[in-house]
Amino acid sequence: MRTTQALFKLRGSIHPEYFKGLARDKDIVAMPLPKQLCVSMAQHLGAPAKPIVSKGDHVLKGQRIGEAAGFISAHVHAPTSGTVTAVEDGPTVTGTLALRVVIEPDGQDTPANALPPIKDWTTAGRDTILARIADAGIAGMGGAGFPTRVKLSPPPDKPIDTLIINGAECEPYLTADHRVMLERAEQIWQGCEIMRSLLGVKTVRIAIENNKPEAIKAMQTAIAKADGDVAICILKTEYPQGAEKQQIFATTGREVPSGGLPMDVGCVVENVGTTYAVWDAVVNGNPLIERVTTVTGHPVAEPRNVLARIGTSYADLLAFCGGLTCDAVKIVSGGPMMGIAQSNLETTTTKTTSGLLFLEASRVPEYTSMPCISCGRCVVACPMDLLPAELSNRIEAGDYDAAESLNILDCIECGCCAFICPAHRPLVQHFKMGKSRVILKRRQAQTKS
Amino acid sequence: MSNDTQPYFIVSTAPHTHSGSSVRRIMLDVIIALMPAVLASFYLFGWHAVRLTAVCVLGCVGTEALCRRLMGRDLGIGDLSAVVTGLLLAMNLPPALPSGMALVGCVIAIAIAKQVFGGIGYNPFNPALVARVALLMSFPVAMTRWHDALNPARWLGFAWTVPDATTTATPLGLVKTALTMKQPLPLTWDNSTMLDYLLGNMSGCIGEVSALALLLGAGYLLFRRCITWHIPVTYIGTVAIFAAILRVVDPATNMPVSFHMLSGGLMLGALFMATDMVTSPLTRRGQLVFGAGCGLLTILIRRWGGYPEGVSFAILLMNALTPLINQATRPGIFGQSRKKK
Amino acid sequence: MDWMPVLITSGTIGGVGLACGSALALAAKFLSVPEDPKIAELEGILPGVNCGGCGFAGCADYAKAIASGAASVDLCAPGGPDVLKKLAAATGQEATATEKQVAMVLCQGNEHRAVHKHIYNGVADCNAAAMVAGGDMLCTYGCLGYGSCAFVCPVGAIAIKENLATIHPELCIGCKACIKACPRGIIRMVPESRSVHVLCSSKDKGPVAKKACQVACIGCKMCVKLGGEAFEMDGFLAKRNYAIPATSDTAIEKCPGKCIVKIGASEATTQTAPADGAPSGSHA
Repeated sequence: MRTTQALFKLRGSIHPEYFKGLARDKDIVAMPLPKQLCVSMAQHLGAPAKPIVSKGDHVLKGQRIGEAAGFISAHVHAPTSGTVTAVEDGPTVTGTLALRVVIEPDGQDTPANALPPIKDWTTAGRDTILARIADAGIAGMGGAGFPTRVKLSPPPDKPIDTLIINGAECEPYLTADHRVMLERAEQIWQGCEIMRSLLGVKTVRIAIENNKPEAIKAMQTAIAKADGDVAICILKTEYPQGAEKQQIFATTGREVPSGGLPMDVGCVVENVGTTYAVWDAVVNGNPLIERVTTVTGHPVAEPRNVLARIGTSYADLLAFCGGLTCDAVKIVSGGPMMGIAQSNLETTTTKTTSGLLFLEASRVPEYTSMPCISCGRCVVACPMDLLPAELSNRIEAGDYDAAESLNILDCIECGCCAFICPAHRPLVQHFKMGKSRVILKRRQAQTKS
Repeated sequence: MSNDTQPYFIVSTAPHTHSGSSVRRIMLDVIIALMPAVLASFYLFGWHAVRLTAVCVLGCVGTEALCRRLMGRDLGIGDLSAVVTGLLLAMNLPPALPSGMALVGCVIAIAIAKQVFGGIGYNPFNPALVARVALLMSFPVAMTRWHDALNPARWLGFAWTVPDATTTATPLGLVKTALTMKQPLPLTWDNSTMLDYLLGNMSGCIGEVSALALLLGAGYLLFRRCITWHIPVTYIGTVAIFAAILRVVDPATNMPVSFHMLSGGLMLGALFMATDMVTSPLTRRGQLVFGAGCGLLTILIRRWGGYPEGVSFAILLMNALTPLINQATRPGIFGQSRKKK
Repeated sequence: MDWMPVLITSGTIGGVGLACGSALALAAKFLSVPEDPKIAELEGILPGVNCGGCGFAGCADYAKAIASGAASVDLCAPGGPDVLKKLAAATGQEATATEKQVAMVLCQGNEHRAVHKHIYNGVADCNAAAMVAGGDMLCTYGCLGYGSCAFVCPVGAIAIKENLATIHPELCIGCKACIKACPRGIIRMVPESRSVHVLCSSKDKGPVAKKACQVACIGCKMCVKLGGEAFEMDGFLAKRNYAIPATSDTAIEKCPGKCIVKIGASEATTQTAPADGAPSGSHA
């Protein structure tokens, strides 16, 4: 049987209400081209890409419009054919400004065909495939947006023996990965084989939470003929099973050391969407210019899993899903646990936009500055075994040194602590502040010495 | 200047969803859990239990509101924590205590033990216990004037005006007197007395006598996950172990384990006072240490201390150690604790 | 009455006290670390507000640094020319008194004038608010009004009124603590004698700035035309050149954004040295 149960229980977790039913059974639908696409140059972790087109240029679908700026960076491609109307600063998901290329589609969707398909990737050679993944501008589509090429070429002193495909989708509401697994299981498996040969590993674990039985079934069928140590790893439905370190622990029992990376314990974790994108780039020669985004939430008229071009504005996405039926008071890019709240609908989708969530007033928690009552629930819920209550008190008092010694840098900002805090303390915000202060302090100490 | 063209959205850091828990809900659960014991006290001690409960709850809420107002802060009584303190204080008082003294207790609990430190969340000691101990020191006679439960006059009150005629010592008091006078054990211990003790038919503080009602309430708190088993089990367990050892070593001067379980304030203390979130350790390991420490101190005071009962002192002493326990029981974090072998 | 116990008790306690006191006195004499008397003298001159504006951990630390020659005598802002003169005399260093500088918030966007971008829910601190979606004001340059500057001000010279920080120039001691605390970098040191200021920091183009705030500089250059060298442009933002006095009120009256204001009496016609070197560059 090619199915295993998770080996290890998370060290801390929560059980939020999932509301996956809103969009779980909706097929992926391709959204027609909007009137305008604003493609951000900062869609991935690391240095933003440098735009290589200027106002007035005509671009073709899949043409490279942004050049990777450095090793940890990724190319950006035109999502459709059309005219560049501006290269300007625009708001990103986090509210900061970054360069973006605004394209007015010509409606022809003429492809550039810059990347020839590699039908027989088994004989193409490792470097060719890696170059293709870089040329297609693929970055982790789970949320962090780490450039995939970098992840798939670990340094020789870090031997990799396990490839983990992350299909946990532990964020409530979101169903994009679920639908991708359901509708594109075979392609995911092919992408998985490509990455497996790149890394030279035998062991593959496809981690899926047990609240997605259909996806588990689909993936089981897809891997039926696979050889080697390949298995679906069924995870208990709890948050944060999809967090990289937690998932490695659950599937293999290995603990990524504090401050370390998955490759330190011989693992590479890739999201199912990324895996599909790798297949698409290698076999079809398609750069990453579109992705599946779940548009959901109770106020949305018709929650859907939308296949939208990168650069589609949130307003257009919402309109495609029928608009709102009642007042939404919060817009979240991503899931409710780790997503980023937006000021307005002007933001546009990126390679990492897994969901667009609208929340009505009754479901939005209010953070207060009430004191901690030391109930200890956050300590139990923390999957990293930190002491959120004490950390937050220290940071509130401005004692960043104490926060550092309490391992604040190991916080993964999963939000479990703030989710269960009865005093509604803004714990994650405290930790974000604390982390940035500690990192700044370390950097200053480094430059001094 | 308002922007009329588009509505404002709320923006905060993640998470954008919440379990729905709140401080108020936790306090409400504690109040619900205390109800069986409160009702039992009304039945067992009659009018005086009603009087003390009302005085303490109103006194605590009033003091809280007054303190907050004087400090120029939000009233803060909506979180119901003052109600819980009031109920717990009342349950820790002997039935005949004059209302004025109970009011003094309220002021000590809220003003001195809680608001001086900054209000809810900042108090190092359990407010109700601080008040109880302060009253015990200030009014030693009134605080140790006990009456039997189910006293026939409990709903009328005249019997209380001639206290000496009707007062009785608590079971632990009797044992302590016998110990100090080097007399044989004063109590017989059989199944029927055990049942009386379980139901609360003995003398003592109004809320501590009925172990059964307290256990019922604690069951509710466990079910609601407001408390965990760690502190009550280690607390009661430690008392049981040491009581058993003492009984085995010297059965002539030590009462059996079941007597120690059911008498005095052990149940109230272990289930409701030691489990107070603010003043007990954060981590599970810390809670185990805390519970064991409370148990050890309780049995030490009961057997060798100057007072017949040591639950209040034991918990307060361990409250003082809570920051230290927190520091000593910090968990090893993910990625550091279990190094590859 | 039996006096004996009283005498014994007081004798014992007095004796113990005397013994301990003598021990302490001896210890103070023989174990004392020789300290430069200069440090004590310099510390006496310093105002003792321990604001940290000089870059040292309090006045005592600064006094030590001056005595050891590690610091110059002109770093104490709260002391002003008096302290400078005394320090210079005490150390024999030469120092020319510069005019006292006070901090000024270059923004007038209070809750009625500046447009909100969203409703912020979280830690009430400017740095925290700025981290979440870039702050809750549409203007990305303006005051957030959560009072991080007021929190660090050692003398309570900063008031938050209607979500806008305002610094009292008479109370300000010039320690620059607020400048470090402000995530927007809109607090600047200005010469105390100058009363005309451009109270806007928005570098946005006119239409964008105007949309975000009623009292924004739209970069029309009117002040440069009318006020001469007292004003200068930095892109789309007008700035005050404090080296040149602004003697005429026409720029104030004609400014379409109403972001040039006069606080206090008119400026004298004499020239003063510019504030902390260059007049621009307050943005971090």
